[in-house]
Amino acid sequence: MKVLLTWLREFAPLEGTSEEIADQLSGLGLTVEDMTHIGGDLDGVVVAKVLDLRAHPDADRIQLVDVDSGDGEPLQICCGAFNMKVGDLVPLATLGTIMNNGMEIAKRKMRGQWSNGMLCAASEIGLGVDSEGIMLLDSSFEVGTPLKEALGIQEDVLFDLEVNPNRPDAMSIAGVARDLAALQGKKFSLPTPKEQESGESVNERLSVEILDPELCGRFVARILDDIEVGPSPSWVSNRLVALGMRPINNVVDASNYVMLELGQPSHTYDLDRVHGSGFKVRKAQEGEKITTLDGIERSLASSDGVVADADDVAIGIAGVMGGASTEIDQDTKTIALEMAWWDPISISATARRLGLRSEASSRFERGADPEIADLAMQRFAEILSSSGATLTPGTLDSRGDLPHRPPVRVRIERVNKMLGVNLSRKEISKLLESLEFKTSKSGENLDVEIPSFRFDSSEEIDVIEEIARLYGYSNIPRTVPMSALTGGLTERQTDRRIVKNTLVGLGIDEVMPVPFLAPGDLEAAGLKVDGITVTNPLVTEESVMRASLRPGLLKTLAYNASHRLTGLKLFELGHIYQHPLSEQPLPDEREHLGVVLAGGDAGSAVNVWSALADALALRDYELITVSPPGLHATRTAQIEVHGEVIGFVGEIAPSVLDAYEVSERVGWLEIDLDTALTISHGDKPYKSISRYPSSDIDLAFEVAEDVPAASVSSVLRASAGELLIDLRLFDVFRGHPVGENCRSLAYTLRFQATDRTLTDKEISEVRERCISAVEKELAASLRS
Amino acid sequence: MNKIDLDSHLSEALTAIEAARDLESLKTLDTELLGKNSATTSAKKNLGELNPEERKVEGKRINEIRDQIQKEILDRKLILAEEENSLQLENERLDLTELDLGHRLGHRHVITQTWERLEDLFVGMGYTVAEGPEIEDEWHNFGALNFPLSHPARDMYDTLYVDYGEPQSTLLRTHTSPVQMRVMESQEPPIYSIMPGRVFRSDTADATHMPVFHQIEALVVDRGITFADLAGTLDAFTSAYFGKDFVTRLRPSYFPFTEPSAEFDIRRPDGTWLELAGCGMVHPNVLKAGGLDPEEWSGFAFGFGLDRLALMRHGIDDLRELFRNDHRFLSQF
Repeated sequence: MKVLLTWLREFAPLEGTSEEIADQLSGLGLTVEDMTHIGGDLDGVVVAKVLDLRAHPDADRIQLVDVDSGDGEPLQICCGAFNMKVGDLVPLATLGTIMNNGMEIAKRKMRGQWSNGMLCAASEIGLGVDSEGIMLLDSSFEVGTPLKEALGIQEDVLFDLEVNPNRPDAMSIAGVARDLAALQGKKFSLPTPKEQESGESVNERLSVEILDPELCGRFVARILDDIEVGPSPSWVSNRLVALGMRPINNVVDASNYVMLELGQPSHTYDLDRVHGSGFKVRKAQEGEKITTLDGIERSLASSDGVVADADDVAIGIAGVMGGASTEIDQDTKTIALEMAWWDPISISATARRLGLRSEASSRFERGADPEIADLAMQRFAEILSSSGATLTPGTLDSRGDLPHRPPVRVRIERVNKMLGVNLSRKEISKLLESLEFKTSKSGENLDVEIPSFRFDSSEEIDVIEEIARLYGYSNIPRTVPMSALTGGLTERQTDRRIVKNTLVGLGIDEVMPVPFLAPGDLEAAGLKVDGITVTNPLVTEESVMRASLRPGLLKTLAYNASHRLTGLKLFELGHIYQHPLSEQPLPDEREHLGVVLAGGDAGSAVNVWSALADALALRDYELITVSPPGLHATRTAQIEVHGEVIGFVGEIAPSVLDAYEVSERVGWLEIDLDTALTISHGDKPYKSISRYPSSDIDLAFEVAEDVPAASVSSVLRASAGELLIDLRLFDVFRGHPVGENCRSLAYTLRFQATDRTLTDKEISEVRERCISAVEKELAASLRS
Repeated sequence: MNKIDLDSHLSEALTAIEAARDLESLKTLDTELLGKNSATTSAKKNLGELNPEERKVEGKRINEIRDQIQKEILDRKLILAEEENSLQLENERLDLTELDLGHRLGHRHVITQTWERLEDLFVGMGYTVAEGPEIEDEWHNFGALNFPLSHPARDMYDTLYVDYGEPQSTLLRTHTSPVQMRVMESQEPPIYSIMPGRVFRSDTADATHMPVFHQIEALVVDRGITFADLAGTLDAFTSAYFGKDFVTRLRPSYFPFTEPSAEFDIRRPDGTWLELAGCGMVHPNVLKAGGLDPEEWSGFAFGFGLDRLALMRHGIDDLRELFRNDHRFLSQF
């Protein structure tokens, strides 16, 4: 909502500099997003007449324009716009003018031709948003007049306010002025125009029937005769332009002016075109057609409100946009003026469904003031009277169901307890009365009548907010509540930090790709999952929610590789989403860890996993060779802890790498943290350290390729028993003299007892036990 | 051995010690000159052949010579040890600048760094950290938070919906506020919690918008919590996170789930204001939806963009950079 300072001051004698008022507005919750001084930047700009247009000899994009700036002499200007013709009046910034961007207009040569000033677009001189071409002025202006004088523009301050949905009142100049007046302790008053009425009464000429009282709380109609459609006086059009609206004609402009000033939108019908001279207010038929003012034929839904004529043909979409059939045009002589109160929810739904958010609908959506129509009608007539229009006697005032708004009990103790202040009933009453919330004593407390322009307020807490707002948030003290609780991170949150810190310590960088994927991304990564899709995505490339971290990480590798950043080690910790197997309130959402090691192999991925398992004290895991889709079929293992699968480690399948255009080998680790971190891990009981010497023996076995090293280790562990305190695979060797399809696995076993020094005999017994177990249970033989 | 022998033995010994070039040969000399078979040892053995007077003089003389040799060997040993040490050090000389290959750790993402910093700060103020699902139902994201159906306030959020359950029943949470409801559902007050998390809006990516970003929310519900408590807590947070030079301001605002509502601004030392957080007293309807009696309990909530704090801290001017994951970006922090 834009407001002009001069306009605000028509309602209250507001004081203060523009900066002070801007601060006050922000303090009232009407945040000033932008503040512009207007009119001031027109100094030096005059009305000039185009005398001649010539091509620039050395440039295509600029032309030479001779103008008369008042002295009758041709003055040459170089200009980049081509929208004017000889005889047009245009704004000329004369030499020495300082434009609002700080540039000073000086005599300068452009491609060898002198330019003695600048012709201006509307946007360049703060007169609207139009930056296409030079602004063309009214031909009645006198050449040489300062533009400010010609346009009748006074210096002013324009505030652009952010108005929240709970402030329907602040969608008008009057409402903003009321807030400021309350804050400054100034008297606020609305105008009280009283137009002369003449002609035949509205009652004889028009009828109104509200068929859907829920849709329409109030429908007020009057008739104005002797309409002459033409341009508005400049005081009207200048203000509309300043507030960002384009002047159309005096009738439309008056309607907009009143809406901006008082917050009441209106609609005007050419009465002669309204069949049967009657209005019927009802819900639309499903599929009912109407051509709106913008010339588009629209199909309506049964939830939309319409205004129909006496023949029950829809001639307007209630509160959103009028119909083309009854539109005002140059020939219009009589208008029917509608000012209504529409159900906010219905208007909001219709405007959204049709994509027709307008100044009017945005006011009805918030809940307009149902009681301002009479004054707004008078104001409308007053503005239009300057062009000879006359207001006819009588008002058709039909009421549907307006919300019942009983007084609200406001407990003084509650106000103080909620805000942390200590205000008396009298102080609270005074604050509320200044905002036109009428108060009356009720024991210790107050009964408060909510004004009709505050549709948003209906409960005690709403009134408390008003008290706080006007009292001033900055006047409320600052205290800090003491938590009787101990703060802290959960086990999961601590584990998450351990995971991140460990991986970072291993030289792996954390990434955060967006969790949206393109259709086919999951399949390209070898994943066949029932992914969740976004039903209203911005772009199809972001319509699938990831069911794995794999695609995002591979895309990240490919992106970096395209910038010659290779050999990257990256991890991500984040959520993945899937349709669950059985019915549940929400989709399956799990926290996963994914690691990619570009240029690394399965071995490097296993090393990352074992370090991570150590950091999390999740030591009792097994690696079981598997070939899941998308991962390297002969270089992948499933990680199991106590029989539960918690993830996979290995490499990305070459075919997947091709699909993602990753040219390096990629080591891969993925862990389902929701499973892994719910398995008991972390703190373990202490095992005492033996004081007796330990003994090492080395054993090398020739083992068939299809026997995993993990099997050899587990057989060694099982047969060595408790005396084995450490087992290490220190060498793997293939080739002569080791047989075909076999490799040599060499282990160091360290033995130690907690209560004695082990004898050579004991060691040799356990050694024999180990050898025979491995040889017997596995396809393996001891190498000598 | 006579006296002259001893003197020449000494001078020969000293010459030999002086000539020893390494510890190894010095050790051999030590054995030769002072060991069982050395000249002085045998001279000592022969003392018995002398008369007592001579024996006394001669014995003393032998001991003096042995002491002197011993001392010379020791001195020489120190010198040689020092020489050998220097030689070893010289042989092992390295140019460390040549060896600095710039090995680096990985880097936690800037969002994680900011996230953890905020967690730590609030944990220090006695808060716990709560989490909730990123795909939410309509009730937790809107309904329970006092957004009536088809209320225009829902339009403030460009919601992305997913194909789960009834149409528009399941969505990508548009804010972290649904976690407030989940906390109220799962625990009794008093509640002092923060809720960092990932949120989604149907926004086209540009320098200040992303369809995915992060927020952090705080919820306090206890007996007698006031708006003054909200203001004071925000001040305490600001000075802890940003430092004492930042001035704060609360402006009236609107959120369906808080009332009174406010925007929280901070003024940077350069005088410009930054809109930091949306906040307010938890709306009575929200407390009711969370199963709490608003006459018994009151509370405040505030929430702000986590990514922006990360951008501010490092002077990053484009939000998209956080999600592009360019290694040249990641490795800077």
